[in-house]
Amino acid sequence: MNLQPETLARIDEVITHYPEKRSGTLPLLHLIQEDIGHIPEEAIEWIAEKLELEPINVYEVVTFYPMFRRKPIGRRHIKVCRTLSCALVGAYKTCSKFQQEFDTKLGKVSPDGEVTVEFVECLASCGTAPVVLIDEELHENVDEAKAKEISDHIKAEAAQRG
Amino acid sequence: MSAPAERRMIFKHIDEEGYSNDIDCYLKNGGYEILKKAVTQKPEDIRDEVKKSGLRGRGGAGFSCGLKWSFVDRKSGKPIYLVVNADESEPGTFKDRYIIHQDPHQLIEGTMISCFANDVKQAYIYIRGEFPEGARILEQAIQEARDKGFVGKNILGTDYSCDMFIHRGAGAYICGEETGLIESLEGKRANPRIKPPYFPAVLGLYQCPTIVNNVETLCHVKHILEMGADEYLKIGTPNNTGTRIFCVSGHVKKPGYYEYACGEITMGQLLYDVCGGPLDGREFKAVIPGGSSAKVLRFGEKFTLKNKDGSTRELGVEDIPLDFDTLAACGTMGGSGGVIVMDDSVNMVEALANINAFYAHESCGQCTPCREGSLWMKKITSRMVHGEAREEDGELMKSVADQIAGRTICAFGEACSWPTQSFVLKFGDEFKSYQDDKQKASAGKLELV
Repeated sequence: MNLQPETLARIDEVITHYPEKRSGTLPLLHLIQEDIGHIPEEAIEWIAEKLELEPINVYEVVTFYPMFRRKPIGRRHIKVCRTLSCALVGAYKTCSKFQQEFDTKLGKVSPDGEVTVEFVECLASCGTAPVVLIDEELHENVDEAKAKEISDHIKAEAAQRG
Repeated sequence: MSAPAERRMIFKHIDEEGYSNDIDCYLKNGGYEILKKAVTQKPEDIRDEVKKSGLRGRGGAGFSCGLKWSFVDRKSGKPIYLVVNADESEPGTFKDRYIIHQDPHQLIEGTMISCFANDVKQAYIYIRGEFPEGARILEQAIQEARDKGFVGKNILGTDYSCDMFIHRGAGAYICGEETGLIESLEGKRANPRIKPPYFPAVLGLYQCPTIVNNVETLCHVKHILEMGADEYLKIGTPNNTGTRIFCVSGHVKKPGYYEYACGEITMGQLLYDVCGGPLDGREFKAVIPGGSSAKVLRFGEKFTLKNKDGSTRELGVEDIPLDFDTLAACGTMGGSGGVIVMDDSVNMVEALANINAFYAHESCGQCTPCREGSLWMKKITSRMVHGEAREEDGELMKSVADQIAGRTICAFGEACSWPTQSFVLKFGDEFKSYQDDKQKASAGKLELV
């Protein structure tokens, strides 16, 4: 597993925040996922060794928390909130629009590799619904028109990259 | 009927022109003065003040904060931990997000005062995984506070030390339950613990005494010390003191967050006068007053409540003062302050299908009634919406819900059954006629599931 030196430094630092190493499980999973994009098998074993745990202790955490993923995703991760407040003002249409724009299905990497569109549960910004979290950036009041705008922007970025 | 004026205490600086989330701005506005005052006081005096203020937890349960603190085992010889519950994940709730993003030092000051008052050795802020920016802002704010001596070793030159770290969740609703949160902080699945014996105040984080408080609750502590419990008691109504932040979402003209003295505003004033009423051409149909697990209220229903002198009074949904006790007397709860409004375009079977999908997804799976029950309720509403509704489905679902509540380790059992129980009770006809309604295309126009 090839982690950036900065990730390794942050891992060593974050472990010191806790009196028991096992508490480092979630922070380490976050750091590794941010670095390499997902949690491969070897990461589970690596974390277990680092925190003096059995791999099953890490594995059960990975499979419990929705944010950890075992497989790579598209370049951008589009998370559309589907819970009640967002659904009441059109989140399902917003989500369909993203899927249509990138010719993709929920949870799949789009054919151009640019995005993975997912439905997630409440993102705690119900007053500006529908909301969409793209990577680490929250987009508010995303109706179909705004979803189209955002999609165009992502496509333009991709075109520029060539 | 016009609404009283907003009373912004916790949200005083939210959306204020020129107010930024760095420590310089906070200090310019009198920041950390209350912490400076607090460290010169006796910890037990601060605890007494908070107890006297009547502060009730703002995370959902509305439990007395002073009482919670009084349960802490101070004789065990083990370190005491404090964990800030910034997991904000009850659907419809979005208040802590703004405190964290725009006024993080208010939270840090309130937390450090609470730590000092309880002789806490180490504080953690458990922030939900979906707030990556919030986590960065808090990290930065803690570092600023550490550099100025408000957090860490020898706080403000005293011999009291307490550090604070951020711990990020990873998308599981159950981490908002305090013992699930503790498990998660220990690096495990967030399976809530059984009580007794695992009351956090005695056997919490690392089996040590632990306080878990909501973000907003800890901010209130700062204001209680600032104005004194006697002044704080004057805000709101007896047993419902202080302000409440209402997060309004769904079908109103002006959704958003509004802070009022507890119980000073009614549901009608909030929805019509403050939030601008229903969308054009629509009427209010239902409202969930305290996050999606709170029991739904149907516009048009009446509640007969007892007065202190033994007489009774009748209230409509619009007349309910938004405090903890009146909402409880009306069979629901103020919960986390998340008010979700539905108008007459909504089919209640479909709204419940949306809610059931949430709870089925979020059950930790530990207790059979909840794991199986939440899934079956989801499957039934899902089947109904997808064209195979039966007249008896409402009752069938209610029988499932009735077998969950009270039979689980944590309150998620209640949280997932209350929507089904209340929707079926109050909108039973819609469940019976769903198949016909769907065929007549009077349902399903708004996609909710």
